[in-house]
Parts: sequence; structure tokens; C-alpha cells
Amino acid sequence: MGRPTIRLDSKLVEYARSLAKKITDDVQKIIDEHSTVSTERATLRLLGVDGVVGEDRIPLVNVVLDKLKEWNMLDQGAFKPVVNAAIVLDKDVQQICEAIADGLDLRTLPQPKRQVYETFSKKLVEEALARIKRKSEERDALLQQLGDPPKPYKYLIVATGNIYEDVVQARAAVFQGADIIAVIRSTAQSLLDYVPYGATTEGYGGTYATQENFRIMRQALDEAARKVGRYIRQVNYASGLCMPEIAVMAALEGLDILLNDAMYGILFRDINMLRTFTDQYISRLICAYANITINTGEDNYLTTADAIEKAHTVTASQLINEQFALKAGLKPQLMGLGHAFEINPNVEDSLLYEIAHAMLSRELFPDCPVKYMPPTRYMTGNIFKGYAMNTLFNLVSSMTGQSIQLLGILTEAIHTPYMHDRYLALVNANYVFSAARHLGDEILFKPDGFIEKRANEVLRKAVELLEHISDVGLFSAIEQGIFADIKRSREGGKGLEGVFKKSEAYENPIRSALEHELGVRR
Amino acid sequence: MSERNLVRPYGDQMDDGAVQLSFTLPVEFGPLAREAAKKFCEKLGFYEVTIATMEDLSEGYTFFVVYGKTDVAVDLSSIKVIAPKVQRLPREKIDELVLQKLKRPIVVVGATIGTDAHTIGLDSILNMKGFHGDYGLERYKAFKVYNLGAQVPPIELVKKVREVGADVVLVSQVVTQRNIHIQHLTELMELLYAENLRDKLLVIVGGPRITHELALELGYDAGFGSGTTPSEVANFIVQELLKKRGL
Ligand code: B12
Repeated sequence: MGRPTIRLDSKLVEYARSLAKKITDDVQKIIDEHSTVSTERATLRLLGVDGVVGEDRIPLVNVVLDKLKEWNMLDQGAFKPVVNAAIVLDKDVQQICEAIADGLDLRTLPQPKRQVYETFSKKLVEEALARIKRKSEERDALLQQLGDPPKPYKYLIVATGNIYEDVVQARAAVFQGADIIAVIRSTAQSLLDYVPYGATTEGYGGTYATQENFRIMRQALDEAARKVGRYIRQVNYASGLCMPEIAVMAALEGLDILLNDAMYGILFRDINMLRTFTDQYISRLICAYANITINTGEDNYLTTADAIEKAHTVTASQLINEQFALKAGLKPQLMGLGHAFEINPNVEDSLLYEIAHAMLSRELFPDCPVKYMPPTRYMTGNIFKGYAMNTLFNLVSSMTGQSIQLLGILTEAIHTPYMHDRYLALVNANYVFSAARHLGDEILFKPDGFIEKRANEVLRKAVELLEHISDVGLFSAIEQGIFADIKRSREGGKGLEGVFKKSEAYENPIRSALEHELGVRR
Repeated sequence: MSERNLVRPYGDQMDDGAVQLSFTLPVEFGPLAREAAKKFCEKLGFYEVTIATMEDLSEGYTFFVVYGKTDVAVDLSSIKVIAPKVQRLPREKIDELVLQKLKRPIVVVGATIGTDAHTIGLDSILNMKGFHGDYGLERYKAFKVYNLGAQVPPIELVKKVREVGADVVLVSQVVTQRNIHIQHLTELMELLYAENLRDKLLVIVGGPRITHELALELGYDAGFGSGTTPSEVANFIVQELLKKRGL
């Protein structure tokens, strides 16, 4: 299926990218000097550490990190002290972590010979990476076997709070035509500095992201996929305070897509900037290696700021997300940059604006599986009007050749979707996508017409914004409230206490190996 | 309205009682599902039940769109509307009234409490810009506004109330799944009582699923739902607060 094109000022596109590159280069320097507790916990998880401790069910990796902090050993990273202990006590890494929880004090242990340490860690790193690779190859084989559905992929969310109920809803959606199932996370999980454990049945506005919940949903979707003869993608969220750990769990359980934005946590969850930037980098290294597509969250800007006035902030943020993603070794094919259909429906010619914005995203990122978000902000209790808005949204997506279509739900303003809300969303999308299947092939936009002009105007404004950000730096720009009209301070936000400067002695052979494998070693 | 006190739904003829419904039953698509849906509607009090469509949601679920008629009627004269009572004064009048009677601005502390991260609703009541062309409380000389933003633990809100000597507390609750808002709102009210602050304050809650009735039940002074304008809230605050302070 073809798509129409528009002419963008190619010099301006190039300049925009160079600005975004400079902006992110500056931040990356700071990222490289730091690590975080969640990064270190992710490292332990990649070494196979799992489980919880005590009645409070605190994850073992958190217990270990707290101990390392107490012993002032954190600035060298978690890998070395734990692996050293495994060598001198002749145990595996899981056993060492359990022993730490039981009172083992790493400060009292002798050091193994460097040579021994290096050989041993090399083996551990190889095993860890092989585990991820195996999983991703397994996914790939299933995709080959079952076949990839046509784009735009129909993406639906489930959010009952109970993983077993989610499975029922998700399977039904698959049988009705869904290609992608996302389990929305429970309210405020992003502010937990640990990942809950096991299967969960109690969540608010969504279901907890846990490794066991990932596994349960994966199994259910694969089974349904085999029944319908179509590969079904599974989505969760690597956002909030535990980005790197969620990425590891997703890699181990074979998820296909993770919501992962370089700035969303800062803006919408008030998580500290340095924490978020550092965490997003590691989480993206893992995604890149595990062949997991990321979805960025630019759509959210338009829920707080006006979608016409602030359209260029979406573009600027997409370009920044793209550069951060490249730094972590993500290929364009894995960058599901986000945008949205959020213009006030009372605006005359809102459809032309929407088409212009959709074409801009498409044209700027031709190789990316761009993710298009439905109307939410102007959805009201009038579900019938809302259904009409979703129809136009589907038409624009199909016509402009978007890749991932998060289907609009007619009851958006009321509750998280009921089973038949999702069904009606699919009825709408199935109809429009089929009825307009080859519409894109036939469309030529008027040269210098409204759509082409508007797309270039948004791009120009994005460039002005990027110039400003490049002048003051990304940290200051966020302090000034440039994105989504939201201001965040550098020292403010949650999770800063979990960031530390790496000392001379810092080592993280897994991170280094990932960087090496992905060709992004600095 | 006085001549017609008894009303029932209207389709195309007065008193035809025509109603449209849609729902899902956990029953396999088929004749049994159809009969079950029909029986269900009859039990609800509908007759001439028409299953306009039934569709297979797969795995033992069926979706229905149904039309039916009902004889049930309501007597308008027996209904009491539970809503905050406000007299509508223009902004200038409010400013004048407050500065004249209270001799200082009313101190307002606003927050979205608990785990809720939605700020747009509260902001549209508090921010200068307001909502649909109706200016927010910050625009009034009559109010000094502290907007604490989202995900504020009730205990933090209470601290701020003490610190700035608030007259009015405005809380927003948007997420209502599994009644999480009730939990948050109850926690705040209990804290206010425990801290001996409740009686001095006007405590108001708002959000798209909030009703005045619910607010009163939870011990709040008022509840404001979807489409609330800042001027309604401003008027309510001023009238109630001046009354409360005996001014
Ligand atoms: C924008 C939005 C977001 C933005 C919020 C950005 C922000 N800074 O506020 C983001 C993307 C962050 C977001 C996140 C989530 N959201 Co949300 N979101 C919405 C959306 C699209 C619009 C809400 C909105 O801004 N409306 C416009 C304002 C002006 O209207 P309002 O809130 O009703 O306010 C008016 C009145 O209610 C009243 N009012 C409101 N507060 C107060 C306070 C006082 C004192 C007074 C007097 C009056 C008053 O006055 C206002 C003006 O009239 C709605 C869907 C919709 N269309 O309604 C979903 C919605 C509210 N979100 C929902 C959910 C579930 C979530 C998440 C939990 C999803 C998840 N699992 O991650 C997260 C929440 C995270 C969290 N910790 O809370 C659900 C809530 C379902 C429910 N009933 O429980 C909705 C309905 C969507 C859905 N169908 O699932 N969301």
C-alpha cells in the first residue's frame, strides 16, 4: 500500500536533525558519567537475579542495592562486588544475592584475581546476552511462521487491574481483529522505585507490570495468535522510575513493544531529569539488543497544550527522541515515534490540520513505525460524536500511511474500555481500513496547498524551538516549560536520590557489552 | 412544567416510553443469547423489546443493541435536585464584596490528591486562563491561590493548609476506577478532622465523575462535576464562606 507524499524543505530537515543531535550530545555526556539504582538492579536481573524477600515481598535486587548503598559500594556499580563474591564463595549470583539478604557482608570478603574475575564475568555477560538473543529469535520465528498483519496495526488497550481478566479481554480483542495488545499499567506504578512481583489482580486504572504478568499475557496472546493465524504484538511500559528493569523483564519474556520516552517521566510524572535521561539510555540499549520497538509519548503534550498552537513541540520532541534512540543503538525500524489526532473538533478545517500534521510525521520519519494516537482530550460523554471523531482519525491514518494505530474508544471520557467498547473500535477501524485501503495511492496533495504549507510551518517552528533548546541546553529548556507547558526543575522531581556519579572503579560489563554489540561504544 | 408532572422517555410520540440500551452478556452468540437479552430487558421493565443487533464478541460473549418501551414514569414534583446553590455575581462584584467584608483575599489551596495525576480540570478552575472563556480564580482580586498540582499526598495538602492559613480547600479527583477517589477523599477528610481543621474550612471537591450528592455524603461542602466553570465555584465559595464567617 502506497502513501501520498508532501515536499518538506530538505535543508531545514537536515538542520533540525543536526540541532537535535547537538542537544542530545550535550545530555549524553552527562548520562555517561552517571548510573542509577534501577540501572544496577536491571544489571542484576540480567545476571538472573529474581525473587522477593520477607513478608513485605521486597524484590531481592532492591535489597541488594540498599545494602551496597549502606556499605558505600554503590559508585563502583553492583556487578563487580556481587560477581567477586560469587567467585570467592563459589556460588552463583542468585545465591550471593540471597546470602546478602540473609546477612552476608561483602565488605569482609577478599578480592579474586583480576584474571579470574574477567574470565568469569565474560562468561556471565555472554550468558545474559545469549538469553535475550534466544528470546528475540524465538519471537522472530513465530512472526515468520504466523505472518505479519497489514499496517496500520490495530493497537488496543486492556486495563482491568486484574491480569486474568485482562487475558479474557485481550483474547476477545484478538479474535475481533486486534494486532497489538497493550496492558495499561496501574495508576502510579511509575512512581514506585521497585517492580512488583508475581501475578496481580488489584490495580487502579490499569494492571501492575510484573514479570509474571508479562509471562501470563504472552502465553495467552501466543495461543490466540496461533488460533487466528496472525502474529500478535504485546506492549507494556518502560517508563517511570524502573525503565531499565522493565526493559529487562520485557526482553526476557518476549514483549514486542515498550512505551519508552526520553522526557515523558519528567514532564508528566515529575520524575527527576537526570534520573530519566540516564534510565532511558540503558533501557533503550536493552530494547535495541532485544529487538523491541519503542513507542514515544509526544501525544501527551497535546492533552495539556493546544494541538495547533503547540504542534511543533511534538515535532521537536520526536527529533530529540530519535537522536537519543540512535545513541542507544536503536534502528529507525524500532522507533515508534508518537503523535496524535487531538485538535479541537470545533475548529473549522481541523481535518486539514490533522492530515498536515500526520503527513509531517510520516515524511520526517519514513522508516519508523510511527505511532498515531486517537482523540482523547475532546472526547466527551457524547459517545456517538466520539465515534464519528474516531472514524475521521482512522481515515487520516489509513490515508497517510501510519504504522501503529492506537484505536480510539468511544467511551474515552468515561471509563477504561469495556469489552464491547473495544469491539466497536475494531468495527470502525476494520471498516475504514478496508474501505480506504488504496486511497493513499491515489492522493496527490496540492503543491504549496494548505497541507504542504502547514507541515513546513510546523517544521519551521520546531526548528526555532530546537535552536532555543540548543542555546540554553535541554535541562534549562525543560525548566522553562517548553514542552506541554509544564516546568520541571533540575534538582526537583522524584528519584534523584537513586542517581549516582560513577567512580573510577565503576564497572558494568553488561552495559559495555551491549554498547559494543550495538556499535555505540563511546 | 407544572402541568406535566409525570414523564417517561420520548421517541417520536409523547409517552411512548422508547429507550435504547446496549450491553454485553457472557453468553455464547446464538438463539439462547438473544432470548437471554430479551428476558433481561423485560425484567428491567421493558416491553416490545427489539434486539436491533446482536454481535459475536467471541469466546462466549455477545453484544446487544436493544430498543424497548416502558410504562415507568417519574413524577417531577417529587424530585429534589441536589446541587450547590449559587447566586451569580460578576467577577468585579465578588472582588468588591470580599475586600469590603473580609478585608483580605480568601486563601485557597488546591490540589489533585493521592495517586491521581490529572491537573487539567483543577487548573481550569484555578489558572488565570480559566475554562471556556470564563476566567479562573487567580484572576480575581478576591482570591489568593496556592495550586499544589497533582499526586499530592493528603498529609502534604494539610500541611500547606496550616502553613498559609487557608480558608478553602479545592481537591480534584479524576480517576475513579475501583472507587480509588472515595479512598483518597475519605483519607483527606479524616486528616482534616484529626488536625482540627475541618470546621474552619470550606472543603470542595471536583472532577468529571463527582456529584454534589457524593461530596455531601463524604462530608465535603460541595461537589462539582463535568463542565463546571470557575465563576460558579467562585460564587459558591464567596457566598458560603462569608456565611460561615458570619459576614
Ligand atoms: C488528559 C488526560 C490524561 C493526561 C493528564 C495530563 C494532566 N496534566 O492532567 C495523562 C496523559 C497524564 C493521563 C494519564 C492517565 N489517565 Co487520563 N485522561 C485524560 C483525558 C484524555 C482528559 C482529561 C481532561 O483533562 N479533561 C478536561 C478537563 C477540563 O475536564 P475535567 O477533568 O472533567 O475537569 C472539569 C470538571 O470535572 C471540573 N473539575 C475537575 N477538577 C475539579 C476540582 C474542583 C475543586 C472543582 C471545583 C472542579 C473540578 O472542572 C473542570 C472544568 O469544567 C481523559 C479522558 C477524557 N476525555 O475525559 C482521560 C482519563 C481521565 N484518564 C484516565 C486514566 C485511567 C488515566 C491513567 C490512570 C491511565 C494509566 N493507567 O496510566 C493515567 C493516570 C495516571 C495517574 N497517576 O493519574 C481515565 C479515568 C477512568 C476513570 N474514570 O477512572 C480517563 C477517563 C480515560 C479513560 N477512559 O480511560 N490522562
